[in-house]
Amino acid sequence: MATAEVIPLTLPPLPEGWNAEKDFKILGTLSNATQRNIEPVGPHFLAHARRKRHRRTFSEDERIQAQERVKKVEEEEDNEISEPEDPIMLSRDAKDWKGQDHYAVLGLSKYRYRATPEQIKRAHRKKVLRHHPDKKAASGQDDENDNFFKCIQKATEILLDPAKRRQFDSVDEAANVDPPSKKQLSKGNFYKLWNPVFESEARFSKIQFVPMLGDESSSKEEVEAFYNFWYNFDSWRSFEYQDEDVPDDNENRDQKRHIERKNANARRKKKTEDTARLRRLVDDALAVDERIKKFRKEERAGKDKRRLEKEAEAKRLAGEKEKARLEEERLKKESEETAKAEREQNKKAKEAAKNAAKKNKRVLKSSVKDVNYFSKSGEASAAQVDAVLDDVELIMNKISNEELASLATRLTGMDKDAAAIKTIYATAARKLIEEGKLREAEIKTFF
Amino acid sequence: MSEGPAVNAAEWFAIGISFGNSNSSIAYTGPDGKAEVIANEEGDRQIPSILSYVDGEEFHGTQAKLQLIRNPRDTVAYFRDYLGKDYTSIDPTPCHQSAHPQQSDSAVAFSIHDANDEGPSSITVSEITTRHLRRLKQSASDFLGKAVNAAVITVPTNSSAAQRGALISSAKRAGIEVLQLVHEPVAELMAYDARPETVVVDKLVVVADLGGTRSDASVIASRGGMYTILATAHDYELGGANLDQIIIDHFAKEFMKKHQIDPRENERGLAKLKLEGEATKKALSLGTNATLNIESLTNGIDFSSTINRTRYELLAGKVFSQFTNLIEQAVKKAGLDVLDINEVCGLSQAVHCYTRKTHESQVILSGGSSHTPKLASRLQSIFPVTTKILAPSTFPTALNPSDLAARGAAIQASLIQEFDKEDIEQSIHPMVTVTPHLSNAIGVRLLSPSVLGESSPDFQPLIDVETALPARRVTQYRVSNTGGDVLVRVCEGVREIKTIKPIPKPKEDTNGGETDADSELESDEEEEEIRQIVWNESRPIAEIALKDVKSGSKVEVVVNINSDLGLQVTARAIGSRGGVRFAVDAPNVTSDGSI
Ligand SMILES: Nc1ncnc2c1ncn2[C@@H]1O[C@H](COP(=O)(O)OP(=O)(O)O)[C@@H](O)[C@H]1O
Repeated sequence: MATAEVIPLTLPPLPEGWNAEKDFKILGTLSNATQRNIEPVGPHFLAHARRKRHRRTFSEDERIQAQERVKKVEEEEDNEISEPEDPIMLSRDAKDWKGQDHYAVLGLSKYRYRATPEQIKRAHRKKVLRHHPDKKAASGQDDENDNFFKCIQKATEILLDPAKRRQFDSVDEAANVDPPSKKQLSKGNFYKLWNPVFESEARFSKIQFVPMLGDESSSKEEVEAFYNFWYNFDSWRSFEYQDEDVPDDNENRDQKRHIERKNANARRKKKTEDTARLRRLVDDALAVDERIKKFRKEERAGKDKRRLEKEAEAKRLAGEKEKARLEEERLKKESEETAKAEREQNKKAKEAAKNAAKKNKRVLKSSVKDVNYFSKSGEASAAQVDAVLDDVELIMNKISNEELASLATRLTGMDKDAAAIKTIYATAARKLIEEGKLREAEIKTFF
Repeated sequence: MSEGPAVNAAEWFAIGISFGNSNSSIAYTGPDGKAEVIANEEGDRQIPSILSYVDGEEFHGTQAKLQLIRNPRDTVAYFRDYLGKDYTSIDPTPCHQSAHPQQSDSAVAFSIHDANDEGPSSITVSEITTRHLRRLKQSASDFLGKAVNAAVITVPTNSSAAQRGALISSAKRAGIEVLQLVHEPVAELMAYDARPETVVVDKLVVVADLGGTRSDASVIASRGGMYTILATAHDYELGGANLDQIIIDHFAKEFMKKHQIDPRENERGLAKLKLEGEATKKALSLGTNATLNIESLTNGIDFSSTINRTRYELLAGKVFSQFTNLIEQAVKKAGLDVLDINEVCGLSQAVHCYTRKTHESQVILSGGSSHTPKLASRLQSIFPVTTKILAPSTFPTALNPSDLAARGAAIQASLIQEFDKEDIEQSIHPMVTVTPHLSNAIGVRLLSPSVLGESSPDFQPLIDVETALPARRVTQYRVSNTGGDVLVRVCEGVREIKTIKPIPKPKEDTNGGETDADSELESDEEEEEIRQIVWNESRPIAEIALKDVKSGSKVEVVVNINSDLGLQVTARAIGSRGGVRFAVDAPNVTSDGSI
């Protein structure tokens, strides 16, 4: 096609960093082609043929070679009937169609409920080609009343009608697989013996994906899901196929109703029996399923293990708690001891300070005594003594122990120099006044 | 024995013949290039493939069909599928009400009184075919005023070499040189494609040929005007006869209600019911009511009754499903989905689907039963809305489905009658027809339009899967509004069917909680899951950079694929000089990699 097709979509931008020598990169080659026949018709083919032939003439060999490569679109028709036809079946009376095995009639015994509609159609055609009454008549082998041909038609009618086919499949004994006997099971082979049973029963399930038995490596979940499913099996199996014929004349209405009721009851009874049968079947399988025992044992072992673990854990926790308690106690004792020591030390220091202060106070008191209480002449008057001692007392009480100590030291060095001592006191007093701890008027003797 | 002397190419006067089990048609392509189906002397374009002998006189077509009532054993019908077949592998069912097929050596024959005053003679199916084709040739020659001596004849897609050979020699004995046998569905497709308004596009076509006693469905890839059959499905027990049976049973029951006699048990009664019932069925394709009138149906009782279309469609529901099943089966066999028979390419954003205008899909309904309106409407609901269902009731300009095969054959006849036989043989040789086809689509990555702005680039096909090689396609793409450097990434892609479960919509309460039954039904339908096609890149082939492309301009990509799967790619901005051109080697071929 020479004309361009315009596509209203946008090309993506060149990714960042894309680079190639001549602005293209080859990343791969095309996948292999399929050889097919093109139909040799129409003007476009003729143009193709002209190009391809190019005035060449092809040979028979080339024809064969080319045809070998080509992908076939038509299936080969095979008219072979694979199953041998039982002479008893061939001479069946078509009227007894309910008793006939429809799959066997069509040569589908191997497939039964597994046969696809296409298979049934093909099987039907093969049978028709062989058994058509017009063919039989033409070759002089007259089948009385076209009996087998009618059987074929009936079988096809039933098997190609989904509802009718289900009714027949419901009672298709030949598709059943009997559960294994105890004797068979005693040799083992649980899975091999039970699997076909469940596979065949699965055909009745309304739900499409039916869990299968599995094997010894199936997980507990899988096995549980399996038995769960099969104990709650939702089956479409029904039993109308085995109904007694209802007379279709209008004469005997009561008789008709009677048979209809009988049929309904029979269907219900069979359905109940079938449900019970399946339940028993699952019970039987469950009873001998080694995996169940295995899982129980594992569960028990699991329980013990969990108990031991729990105990060990409790022990560990208790030990840890005790350790923590001891540690706490130790810390408490330790801190109590230090506190006591500290207290004692404090006491001693306080006592020492007290003693020092006492001593210093004595120094202060004797310092004024030594200079005769600043008396210039002889004995100081009692008033003078009291006044000076009052002032000393005043100062002593207003200063800290440290100031007291330094005051004492300073006074000790003054060696009865009254003036110097007085100055020292005056200085101390002034300092107190400055600090606002003392009023000038309170001091009577130092200034 | 050949009638008339051997002729050489220049003297072929060829028609197209569709030779069916039920009906045959003849068509001719005039000098104006238009194919027309020719009416025979009785005015029939669908000529029943039936011959009947009464007192040594041969009746053909509709006249012979009428003899099925009075003279069934000397009337030969439904014989086409016996030609070239072994007696053991034929199904005699369709002939139950006419001459029965018999074994003659290993072939098939009919025992009929074809000459006056004589006992029955055994006439082989080859001879019957010759006689039938001779009558067709005569009708065409009379109409065209010139002796026809060659034809293109349609055959089923699964006809064997033996069947083809038998047809060719039967035709030769009738004085018809078979220039070529063409497959029925391909001829039918060609009848549509030959219309002047048709443009050559790549498309997938389903041809459903719904006949009288069998039906066939084919899936055909049409690529560049060349056709490849991808798959076929056949049902030899499904056709208009099944629908006739519905009508017969219906009227028989009506009759029984009144007269307590089953008219089907009387051979002549059944033959009358079949003939008239078929006419009633055809009438129901046009009208909504049809009447059946039969004089002396059985025991001398006249019968008249009416049926309406709704009733008929109800009764025929199961048969209609068989037809649609057959068609779906063919689509499945081709490894496709009904969604593939569709002209919409689904992009990953379901919001914006765009239609590749040059790509379309069709379901062509051919064969007489395709006139049935319900069949077309059933197909309409199976295939996507964009798929054209080419049938009279669904497509206004549809061709007559009964004519298609003959028209297609006539078109092919006009194309090749210039050539001599040897030349034609060589052109349809497998060395020419067996061709490699792409096993994956080839495409480029493009930005999909999306409500959320530009998304990551997606694969979009540019050459479809199953395209016959060599092939060349030219496509143009947009460049973003800002222009600049763009990337052309050529790759193979595969399509996938994605199923989207719809998000349950919260109940709308706009009309004050008042919902009527209808709207509830509708919302139920909306819950259905959506299936759509999504393309995924499966294999990168090459990347090309186009630098400094002007904003708003277009980029043209030309891909050329050789028969050996080597390919050449050219990409350039339209209006600019230069561009990038390179070649990719065929797989498993080593070379220096240069062009
Ligand atoms: N208008 C119509 N409506 C319905 N069915 C029709 C119509 N015309 C023809 N038929 C049916 O089409 C069938 C024949 O189709 P045809 O393609 O001629 O068959 P064949 O391919 O077997 O030769 C018959 O069953 C006929 O009744």
